[in-house]
Amino acid sequence: MTTRTRHPFLLFAVLVASLVGVTAHAQEGSPRRIISFIPAVTEMLFALGAGDRVVAVGSFDKYPPQIEKLPRVGALLDPDLERIISLKPDMVTVYGSQTDLRTQLERAKVPLFLYSHADLSDVTKTLLELGARVGRTERAHELAGAIERDLEAVRQRVAGQKRPRTLIVFGRESGALRGIYASGGYGFVHDMVTAAGGDNVFADLKQQAVQATTELIIARRPDVILELRADPVSPEQLARQVGEWKPLSSVPAVRSGRVHIIADLRTVVPGPRVAEGVDVIARVLHGAR
Amino acid sequence: MTSITQRLTLTLLVFGGLAVAAILLGPLIGSTPISLARVFDRSIPFADNPDAQIFFIARLPRTLAGALVGAMLASAGVIFQGLLRNPLATPFTLGVSAGAALGAMLAITFGWSLSWLGIPAAPVASFAGSLMAVGIVYLLATARHRGMSTNVLLLAGVTMNAFFSALILFVQYFADFAETFRILRWLMGDLDVSSYQPLVTALPLAIFSFATFAWLARPLNLMSLGPDAAESRGLNVLGAQRAAFLSASLATGAAVSVGGPVGFVGIIVPHLVRLLVGADHRVVLPASALFGAAFLIGCDAVARTVMSPLELPVGVITALIGGPFFLWLLVRRT
Repeated sequence: MTTRTRHPFLLFAVLVASLVGVTAHAQEGSPRRIISFIPAVTEMLFALGAGDRVVAVGSFDKYPPQIEKLPRVGALLDPDLERIISLKPDMVTVYGSQTDLRTQLERAKVPLFLYSHADLSDVTKTLLELGARVGRTERAHELAGAIERDLEAVRQRVAGQKRPRTLIVFGRESGALRGIYASGGYGFVHDMVTAAGGDNVFADLKQQAVQATTELIIARRPDVILELRADPVSPEQLARQVGEWKPLSSVPAVRSGRVHIIADLRTVVPGPRVAEGVDVIARVLHGAR
Repeated sequence: MTSITQRLTLTLLVFGGLAVAAILLGPLIGSTPISLARVFDRSIPFADNPDAQIFFIARLPRTLAGALVGAMLASAGVIFQGLLRNPLATPFTLGVSAGAALGAMLAITFGWSLSWLGIPAAPVASFAGSLMAVGIVYLLATARHRGMSTNVLLLAGVTMNAFFSALILFVQYFADFAETFRILRWLMGDLDVSSYQPLVTALPLAIFSFATFAWLARPLNLMSLGPDAAESRGLNVLGAQRAAFLSASLATGAAVSVGGPVGFVGIIVPHLVRLLVGADHRVVLPASALFGAAFLIGCDAVARTVMSPLELPVGVITALIGGPFFLWLLVRRT
């Protein structure tokens, strides 16, 4: 990197800082070579100040920018076991549902951090567990406290305002209103929208994802449609994709122009920035105030 | 023995009546109660009339999609069974659906977009994929033989199915979680087309295929005696085989691009129809097309209501009915 060659002092300072960091948390039992498959956990590790100990990440990790340099070792369905073991990790974060990988890693005596994402309250719970595991308990409490505080601030802000009935779309076929799947009344995205002052139109369907047919969408009459994306969308695409909802003109959200495409990682990753994500959604639902 | 004209008229009346009834009843059934009076109330502007929108935007296109896809798959099934002289052949036996699935999957995984043309990419890609599969199988089946070997056709088709499935897994490797989920849903087959545009696009192909099928009825009857016997009665066997293969493949590709690879329609319907009307293709073909339409609309009505308010993809229902039926057919034969 050019900054490094231009600023040898900076490089030196970074080196010293990281060495100091290493000695500071070289406590017994705290992992030094961490592999994280899970975007939310990767973000947490960096927020906890243990990012320098992350040696590899999963295919879908996008944040923070420091991970760009790290090797990728697959994802939920296709973990690269050989790469993982050859990197000699002393902690691997895995989804609870990755039973094969768990068995294999346990056989290889690699310590695991089990993760399952469920609802919003699990974010701070996971953060505290992870903090304890990597020897960053204090920082974890700080972060968890900040998340709770920020969430409460948003809840206060939207309290008493009219709660729009909201359709939360995770994905659909490109260019058409087909294969739409939406958030049911369970999971962190449902919780985030609820905290941001919206009522999920599929709150009564207790599953994370619902196949939302045209009929269901017309019948549920959402006031707002939120399409959540992890990847950036260009302004032209944005306008076109919002326009694709036009045929459902009896849906209040379409009629009043309240179809919003939010391309913001913070709204789809249940990580340390989840309160910011809730804030983003609240601003879309209730305007900036 | 009644004449063919009489039998055909009777068949068309009975099965045609069934299809028309299904098309009329289909839009009345759904997860949401709607008022028919409000649906047809012209004094309410369409944009403010959710009942009318559910009827005209959600249910009617879905019902018509069921009719079109069901008719195409069922009659294509008849053609393939006649062409391959194998009762277990389906529209998907020769790799058409796997090619279509690969196309759709590429479009979904890599986010191809044709929205500047105003059409979604997945149906176009799936149709292109099915054409590719058909082309390869056709070239293989005609390459080394004078004429068209149905054995090579069958083996090439089955192999292409396996090969495309491998490619599908390979592409799947690049798909993220949401895309994988969407692909899986696509593979289940789904008639929720939410506009008339996919139907209009598929209509010319459907008309062309049905016209060819009508011409093919007599040749297929002759071919059921074996290619040599058919030849000796003056049939251009190769020409008929080509026409059968291409038209049925086109119909299948078009059907899959509208509704995804809805399974088992192409095998259940022809066999049920043969049980009822006999083996004469002049009767079996129109009866299968009409009954296929009614059958798929019926299955979709079940799919839309059985877990209401959730709506299942129709392929789940046809597979649940079709799987056991297929096994029954297999056991009965051997």
